[in-house]
Amino acid sequence: MNARQSFEAIRALMRRAINELTRVPGAAIPGVLAPTIFFLGLTSVFGSLTLLPGFDTTSYQSFLIPVTLMQGAAFTGAATGVNLARDIEHGWFDRLLASPAPRPVLLAGLVLSASFRALIPATFLLIVAFAIGVEWPGFGGLALALVIVMGMGIVAATWGASLALRFKTQSAAPLMQAGMFLAVLLTTAYAPLELLQGWLQDIARLNPVTQVVEAARQGFIGEDITWAGTWPGLLAVAGLAALFTFMALRAMGKMTA
Amino acid sequence: MSGRLAANARVVAALGARSVRQTVRRPQLAAPLIIFPTLLLAIQTGGAGGAVDLPEFPDVNGFLDFMLAGAMVQSCLLAGNTGGIALALDIEMGFTDRLFAAPVSRYAVVLGRLAGTTVLGAFTAVWFITIGLIFGASIEEGLLGALWIVVLVASTALAFGSIGAAIALRTNSASVVQGLFPLVFVVLFLSSAFFPANLMLEPAASVAEYNPLSFIVEGLREPIIAGFDGGDELLAVVSVLGVGAFGLWMCALALTGRVRRGV
Repeated sequence: MNARQSFEAIRALMRRAINELTRVPGAAIPGVLAPTIFFLGLTSVFGSLTLLPGFDTTSYQSFLIPVTLMQGAAFTGAATGVNLARDIEHGWFDRLLASPAPRPVLLAGLVLSASFRALIPATFLLIVAFAIGVEWPGFGGLALALVIVMGMGIVAATWGASLALRFKTQSAAPLMQAGMFLAVLLTTAYAPLELLQGWLQDIARLNPVTQVVEAARQGFIGEDITWAGTWPGLLAVAGLAALFTFMALRAMGKMTA
Repeated sequence: MSGRLAANARVVAALGARSVRQTVRRPQLAAPLIIFPTLLLAIQTGGAGGAVDLPEFPDVNGFLDFMLAGAMVQSCLLAGNTGGIALALDIEMGFTDRLFAAPVSRYAVVLGRLAGTTVLGAFTAVWFITIGLIFGASIEEGLLGALWIVVLVASTALAFGSIGAAIALRTNSASVVQGLFPLVFVVLFLSSAFFPANLMLEPAASVAEYNPLSFIVEGLREPIIAGFDGGDELLAVVSVLGVGAFGLWMCALALTGRVRRGV
């Protein structure tokens, strides 16, 4: 299979994922609704936290929006894993494996579609966020946030795919969702690092997703977008995506060994 | 008469035990009751723990003490939702039809499910009290306060379980009941479950002031952070009775509707 044929296969798999959305629009609702409810709910509940000394913004909505963008991407990416598990259960994925398409091409089709699907909750969340007064991050800040959202979509999709290929059942769905849910919340999601309680501060310091959240947050809390504040987040996304891609390809290899 | 009552009580007990076993055996039913609220409790306590330094925050030993009541009501609401899902699955699979065709009261069939939800509610109360004590929380009212919490949480689970059961009986669809899952969080965020209502942002703060769930939360929170106060506990009992009466009335209507439709 040459490069052009691989590209065609990836495009066909991405189109199939988009077809699912156009044929069952309701399937996208949970991925949009859950982060929106969390965003509106958490900002209403914990909005006064910005009165604490050490908070670098007076708007909790602006502080929280990058976290919910990551949540939306994570839920959408995890849904890709669930869909893959369904395809494995129904035998459709066996037919793909029997095709001449290389395995990385099959995986690429799945995860790239997830990166674009992650823009659906992000768009909805941003509309809601700006409507309730979230600070405009500038075009640079917004573009950076959206690139990171797409990256987190890939991270979550490769994570979900690696679990789907390992367990081969939709029953693994809670694991796919909970893993991403924890990865995003065990960061500086609720407060800056120095205001977190001891154990969470230690975990957040070690959790690479903290760097992702901080990079996406820059523009929203009125900071200048700097390379120093951006590269750790991009590196974390690339590293996590590489790790989970390796795990997914390994599981795929074992599946047919 | 008493024989029929005893027979129905046996049905309620048997179905209640089945409901508990079913939840324990199915991780997708058990996880929302324990794992999800425990994780959220840990993350919110670690993430927003600095809130105790805010002016007007109630005097507490720690943020965990404050958050325990919120985790318990969250668990109750999710218990009601998962109980409704389980009942709807029974309806979809035809199990409930077979029970309705048997010579037992239809109300006993529904009460059996609710008995299971009540037991699970009591279990979650014990779980969160234990977790809280292990991680440094204290119950100001002592053992009596802990017993009060277990009873109130179990009753709250029963009350919200009745609403879940009513929706299951009305819709016959597990996915519809499951679709109400996000609503649980809307109700929670619009109450004082996770933060004092006076420190929340508007309009959530005003809604939380009058949300019955806030009264239940405060009835659970007072024995933990300050001791019995009387007024909060009374409001909590009235709220639980109100929600429960509404849910059971909805169940009765749904059952009557099923008989009328010949289902």
